[in-house]
Formats: sequence, C-alpha cells, structure tokens
Amino acid sequence: MTVPAFNYLKPDSLAEALDMLATEPGAYPIAGGTNLMVDVRAGKLSPETMIDVGDLDELRGIVVKDSQMTIGGAVTIAELLRHEIIRQRVPVLFAAGKTFANTLIRNRATVGGNLVNAAPCSDTAPALLVLDAEVSLSSSSGTRWIPLTEFLVGAFQTQRRADELLMEVRFPIPPASSRGGFEKMGLRKISCMAKVDVAVMADFDERGACKDARIALGAVAPIPLRAEKAEASLVGTAFIARAPEKPVRCGEQVQDKTIEEAARLAGEAASPRSGSEYKRQVVYGLTRRILTAMATGIRDGEAS
Amino acid sequence: MAVEPQAVLLHTLRDLGYTDVKNGCEIGECGACAVLLDGEAVNSCMVLAMQADGADIVTNSGLGTMDKPHVIQESFADAGAIQCGFCTPGMVISTKALLDRNPDPSEAEIRDALSGNLCRCTGYGQIVDAVKLAASRLAGASSQREDARSNSKRGRELDSSNRVLESGDQTKVGGES
Ligand SMILES: Cc1cc2nc3c(=O)[nH]c(=O)nc-3n(C[C@H](O)[C@H](O)[C@H](O)COP(=O)(O)OP(=O)(O)OC[C@H]3O[C@@H](n4cnc5c(N)ncnc54)[C@H](O)[C@@H]3O)c2cc1C
Ligand code: FES
Ligand code: FES
Repeated sequence: MTVPAFNYLKPDSLAEALDMLATEPGAYPIAGGTNLMVDVRAGKLSPETMIDVGDLDELRGIVVKDSQMTIGGAVTIAELLRHEIIRQRVPVLFAAGKTFANTLIRNRATVGGNLVNAAPCSDTAPALLVLDAEVSLSSSSGTRWIPLTEFLVGAFQTQRRADELLMEVRFPIPPASSRGGFEKMGLRKISCMAKVDVAVMADFDERGACKDARIALGAVAPIPLRAEKAEASLVGTAFIARAPEKPVRCGEQVQDKTIEEAARLAGEAASPRSGSEYKRQVVYGLTRRILTAMATGIRDGEAS
Repeated sequence: MAVEPQAVLLHTLRDLGYTDVKNGCEIGECGACAVLLDGEAVNSCMVLAMQADGADIVTNSGLGTMDKPHVIQESFADAGAIQCGFCTPGMVISTKALLDRNPDPSEAEIRDALSGNLCRCTGYGQIVDAVKLAASRLAGASSQREDARSNSKRGRELDSSNRVLESGDQTKVGGES
C-alpha cells in the first residue's frame, strides 16, 4: 500500500514543536501513529506535514504530587499499565488499559492521541471522565486547562485548536475509601473497538455508605455519557456493605436491589442516544457486573 | 540510509532485505510486521521509518538463523506452532518481548502478550505451548549458567537454599524461583 507524500519534522524541544505547529499549515502532530497511519492510508487525511511529538520530554511523564496524578500526552497505554500507582489506586484506568487494543498497539498508542482523536469508542475517555480529569493544551501563546467533559465536543471533535498540543491529563487520585471498575464489550475478547464501555468510580464513608458515584458510558453516543440517574440512585446506599458472598454469574439475578436498579437506570441512559435495545441491555449487564465486583471484590468469571 | 518522509518502517525494512518482517494487513490488526523497537514489540506498519531513526531494531532474523536458531524459534518448531509460518516472525518477536520482561509467564499473560498477533492456521494452542517451552528452556539455560558461576563464588548460598528445600518447604522455594 502506498502512503501519500508528506513532510516529516522532528522538533528538539517543546518550544520548537509549538512554533512548527503555529507556522506549518496543514500540520498534524504524530505520536504513536496508530490512528494517523490508518487514516492516511485510507485517504481520510492528507497532512502536509507530520510533526513528531512522541519523544518530547514534557509529554512523557507520569507524575504523582499532592494526591494528584498528571499523565503526559505522549505516555503510552503500555506505560499506564506498568505504573504501580495506577495499578493499585486507579483501577478504572488500569482496567481500561487492559481492554485497550492489544499488546503491540498498546506499546505505541498514546493517551493524548486517543483523546485528540476523540473516537466515540475511545476506551480512555470514559475512564478519565469518571476520574474528573482535566486536560492541558499549549500553543506558542500559552497554556489552558479544561475539563475533559468540555474538551470532547462530538464524534472526532474536540476543543483543541490546530496550533495546540495536548500536553497533560490530570485528575485527583481516588481516595483509599473509593472503588471503581471498567468493562468493555466488543466483537471479541481483546483487540477490538468497544461496542459499549462502562466506567464506574464511587467513594464510601466508614460505614460503607456511598458518598459519591460516577458512571460513564462509552460508545453509546458521539461522546461518553454520564448516567446521572444511575449515579444518584447509588448515593446514600450501602450496596458494598451488604455484598453477596459470591460473584454473580451471567443470567443470574442479583439479590441486591440497589445494584439492580442502578444498572437498569444506566441502561436507560444509554438507549435514547444509541437507539439500540442491544446496547441498553449490554450497559445494564456491564454496570451490574462492575457494581457487583466492587461489592464482592471478585469479577464475574474470575472465581470458580 | 536515506528514506522518504512518508516511508513506513515495514516497507523500509523489507526493502533492506529483512523480508522476515511480514506485510499482513498494514492497518495494525495482525502483528505479522512486529519488530522490537528499543526493546518494545510494535507493529512496524504503524511506525514511520523516520520515527525509528537512531533506534535499535530487532527483527525475527536478528534473533537467530536457520543454522543457529534462537531458543524461542526452536521452541516454535518443536511445539508444532508453525503451519504456514506467516505469523511466526511476529509471534517470535512478541514472545521475546514477553520473556525479556517476564521469564515465567502464566497462560493468561502469554495470551495477553500475543493478543496483537493473529494466526489463521494453528488455533493458538501450540503457539501458547511453544512460549511455555521457550520459557522453560530459557529458565533451564540460565539456571545452568547460574550453577556454573555459583560453583566457586556462591557455593555457600546454594548450600543454604538446598537446606531449605530439604527441610520440606518445597513449594515455597519452588514458588519463588
Ligand atoms: C488495531 C487497532 C486497535 C485499536 N484498538 C483501540 C481500542 O481498543 N481502544 C481505543 O480507544 N483505541 C483503539 N485504537 C485507536 C488508537 O490506537 C488510539 O486512539 C491511540 O490512543 C491513538 O494514539 P496515537 O499516539 O497512536 O495517535 P496518533 O495516530 O499519533 O494521533 C491521533 C490523533 O491525535 C493527534 N495527536 C496525537 N498526539 C497529540 C498531542 N499530544 N497533542 C495534540 N494532538 C495529538 C494527531 O494529530 C491525530 O489527529 C486502535 C487502533 C488500531 C490500529
Ligand atoms: S501488517 Fe502490521 S499489523 Fe498487520
Ligand atoms: S501458522 Fe499460518 S498464520 Fe500462523
């Protein structure tokens, strides 16, 4: 397959990269190339110039400070999965990374590329949404921080201006009292785009009552949706304190009414946009599975 | 070597004669084009040659040859993990990346490590067996090297771990090795 011609520029510094972006017409930043190379080959994009931002130091770090985590735009999904604090303290993002594409793609695909590409089926977006993430965008005229909810405006559309780089994503590290989970349904177990993603984060008081819940649904609308009614139905309940002893199997009734109701409401939130009874049922099933796993600590299908 | 800005690493490597890097799909789906780029297994069809400027690149043929195959390559042959062979170079690369990081992987870890490599022939069972075989052969080879080295210097340490074994706590010692 031939690839149409374009220029390739490799800036040595962030300042140079921002300068190139401001002055080169029709330039695209390239990081892992796992979207760009596919789009260019398919003739969907014809960039004049690719500006390689994958090695810029400012975009490469994962920093933990004052219980906040900041992830550079060019950090790869594989690097997220290798980060001990993400593994232990940010289960929703870790699980999203585990379902992302496959091992080869994860070694190239970046968080910034995933968010800027803004596919409705992005796996990082719903996970970062329930973490209340913000993103920073820099151009040669300055830096701005905006919440991820505002950054994503539609399918493949963001607030980013053509002269801006996505620098960092940051979010508060969930407190030790919180729990979360992420489930994806695609055509296969692994190495596929999401048909449905569900991401959940919730925090609990010392008696196990839910103080705060966030549920995001991916791939059911142009941008991830928050299932607000489902979230509200969990707050004030102690669904993790009266957990069933064993994990719930596919098709089994959950004893816990709260989980059942929240999952039903999440499914309802999905249906008007996706227009699909199938997606409503999948959201219901995945939400139920996550909430049950949060309560029991055991994921459906894991225990025997 | 000079390459055009839009040259894709996959094509550049094949043009240079590394035809062990296979061109399967060119959209990142199949893993036949996998190479080690600074030690990480990646799809070379997703990388611009210019992006790999100055990087260390290892292809399947860089690991071993027909006369002197790498343990992983030998294990693939011995386990019957090769039918048409088109996926094999990529499978070998993903296996190498896995075992470098995790010398004793579980079956789930093996399947995850090979999740980007498709095979139309084998049904994957023999491939997973090949990775297990390679892991055990590499572990055997490295413990033999260890033994040789420790004969003189680390004889004492070895003695003491043997004693732990003798005291009956076999699973623990085995589990740690
Ligand atoms: C086989 C395959 C499977 C996939 N599976 C999944 C999956 O399971 N889940 C999923 O969510 N995605 C999946 N993807 C899509 C893709 O891998 C991701 O979206 C990836 O995160 C993109 O990152 P990248 O670094 O490769 O982006 P690139 O292709 O380099 O860039 C993507 C876009 O972002 C822009 N860009 C990149 N970095 C920056 C930056 N720092 N600032 C500003 N703009 C930037 C580029 O100009 C371009 O428009 C898959 C792709 C393939 C080929
Ligand atoms: S040829 Fe690169 S993944 Fe198929
Ligand atoms: S042996 Fe034929 S594709 Fe794997």
